[in-house]
Amino acid sequence: MTSDNLVELEDVEFHYDVQPVLKGINMHFARGKIVSIMGLSGCGKTTTLRLIGGQLKPARGQVRVAGQPVHELDQAQLYGLRRRMGMLFQFGALFTDLSVFDNVAFQLREHTKLSEPMIKDLVLMKLNAVGLRGASRLTPAELSGGMARRVALARAIALDPMLIMYDEPFAGLDPISLGIIGNLIRRLNDALGATSVVVTHDVQESLKIVDYVYFMSEGVVVAEGTPAAILESQEAYVRQFVHGQVDGPVPFRYPGAPYRHDLGLEAALG
Amino acid sequence: MANPASRTLRHIGHTVIDGVWRLGYAARFFVFVLLRSAVSFRRIALTIREIYFAGVLSLIIILVSGLFVGMVLGLQGFDTLQRYGSAEAVGTLVALSLVRELGPVVAALLFASRAGSAMTAEIGLMKATEQITALEMMAVDPIARIVGPRFWAGVVSMPLLAALFSGMGILGGYLITVVLLGVDAGAFWSQMQASVDLREDVLNGVIKSIVFGVAVTAIALFEGYDAPPTAEGVSGATTRTVVTSSLAVLALDFVLTAFMFRGV
Repeated sequence: MTSDNLVELEDVEFHYDVQPVLKGINMHFARGKIVSIMGLSGCGKTTTLRLIGGQLKPARGQVRVAGQPVHELDQAQLYGLRRRMGMLFQFGALFTDLSVFDNVAFQLREHTKLSEPMIKDLVLMKLNAVGLRGASRLTPAELSGGMARRVALARAIALDPMLIMYDEPFAGLDPISLGIIGNLIRRLNDALGATSVVVTHDVQESLKIVDYVYFMSEGVVVAEGTPAAILESQEAYVRQFVHGQVDGPVPFRYPGAPYRHDLGLEAALG
Repeated sequence: MANPASRTLRHIGHTVIDGVWRLGYAARFFVFVLLRSAVSFRRIALTIREIYFAGVLSLIIILVSGLFVGMVLGLQGFDTLQRYGSAEAVGTLVALSLVRELGPVVAALLFASRAGSAMTAEIGLMKATEQITALEMMAVDPIARIVGPRFWAGVVSMPLLAALFSGMGILGGYLITVVLLGVDAGAFWSQMQASVDLREDVLNGVIKSIVFGVAVTAIALFEGYDAPPTAEGVSGATTRTVVTSSLAVLALDFVLTAFMFRGV
C-alpha cells in the first residue's frame, strides 16, 4: 500500500450465492480526496461500499483501509477501524426514538468518556456545521428529507473520521437540498482532512464536487478519471450515462421475444 | 421439468432444511444475546427504559384482563361449588387457578400480543430503515445495545405482570363472589390462605412466568432481527411472533405442569 491511498481494492470479486456482483475490480482512494463510484442500479457500487466498511467479505482479492485488510479483521479490530469511519446512509438512518441532538451525540456517548457539557459543545458544533443547530431539539419525524440527510451527516462526522462514506447522498432531494448536501460533502471533507467515497448516480451534482470518478457496469470498472476527463470521455457507456441518452450500451428495451410473436401475428400471417 | 411427486418431495425437503437452519440460527442468536448481556446490566438505564415500554405500558391490558378473568372464575366456580354446598371454597378455586395456570399463561399470551409484537415491529423497522446497519457502522454491537436490554426487560417484566394479573383476578373473584353473591368474606380468604402453598403453587407459577418471559421475548426479538427489511417482511414477522409465542407458551405450560405435577 502506498501512503497516498487510504483505501485500496485489488482484484476484488464478490458474489451473492452464485450471482457474481463484482468481477475483479481495482480501485484506489487517495487521502484527502473525494472519489465517486457511479453506475446504474445493481452494478455493484453499494456492494463496493459495504466491502470497504467491512459489512461484506470479498470472495477473492484485497480490501485495505489505512493499510488494514478489512476482510481479515475480527469484530473488535473491525469496530476499532469503524470508529474512524463515518457513513451517510441513503435515507439518513437516524434513530427515530432519539432527538436530533441525541442522534449526533450517540457515538460520542458510546465511544468516549467526555462529560455532558463537552458533548453538548461538540454536538452543537457539528450541527452548526450543517446549519441545523437550531433544530437540535426536533425529532427525526419532524425533519424534511434534506434536513434528515444533514443531521445524518453531522452524526457521521461526530468522531472526526478519516474516511466518510456516502450511499446515494443525493437521492430524492429537492434542488436546494441537493446543492446544500453537495457543498457540505466538499466543505466537510476539506475541513476534516478526510477522504470521502461517494456512491451515486447523480452525475451533474457529483461531478461538481468530486476529484475522481470510477464508472462501474455489471461488476467491472468500465471507466475512470477526473470529472473533466469523464465529461470529455468518448466511451459509449459513459456518454450515455453522463448525457442521459435513452438508448446505447444500456438498451432501452428489456430483452424479450419478438413483438410480432407476442402479438400472435406470426401465427396469423403464417 | 420435474414431475409433481418430485416437486412435492423437493418442496418438503426444502421446508424441513429451511426450518432446521432457522432453528439453528435462532439458537445461535439466543446464545449471542446471553453472551453480550453485560451491557444490559452495566448500563441499567437502557434496560429500565425497556421495562417501561414492555412492562409498564402493558399494565392496563394485564390488569383489566386479570379482573375479568377473575370475575368469570368467581361466577363459574360459585355456580359449580354451591351444588355441593361448598361455595366458600370458591376463593381457593379462584386463587389456585390463577396462581398456578391462568396468571402465567394468560399474562404471557397478552404480553406476546402487546409487547412481543411491538418489539418485533420496532426491531424489524429499525432493520428496514438501516438503523441496525448504522449501529454496526458506528462500531456499536446491535445485539448488545438493542436486543439485550429488551430481552432482560421482558424476562423481568413477565413474572411481575403475571403476579399482577393473578392479584387482579383474585380481586375480581372477591368482588363477584363476596360482594355480589354473598359468600362469607372470612371463609373466602381463610380457605384461600389455607390451600395456597407458597412453594408448590406460587413459586411454581413464578417459575412458569419466567420461562414464558424468556420464550416470548426471545421469539419476538429473533423474529424482528430476522425479518426481511420490507413492509411485508415486518408484518409477517409480527404475525409469526404472536402465533409462535402463543404456541410456545401453551406447549411449555404443558411440559412445566407435567414436571411440577405432584401426582396422587
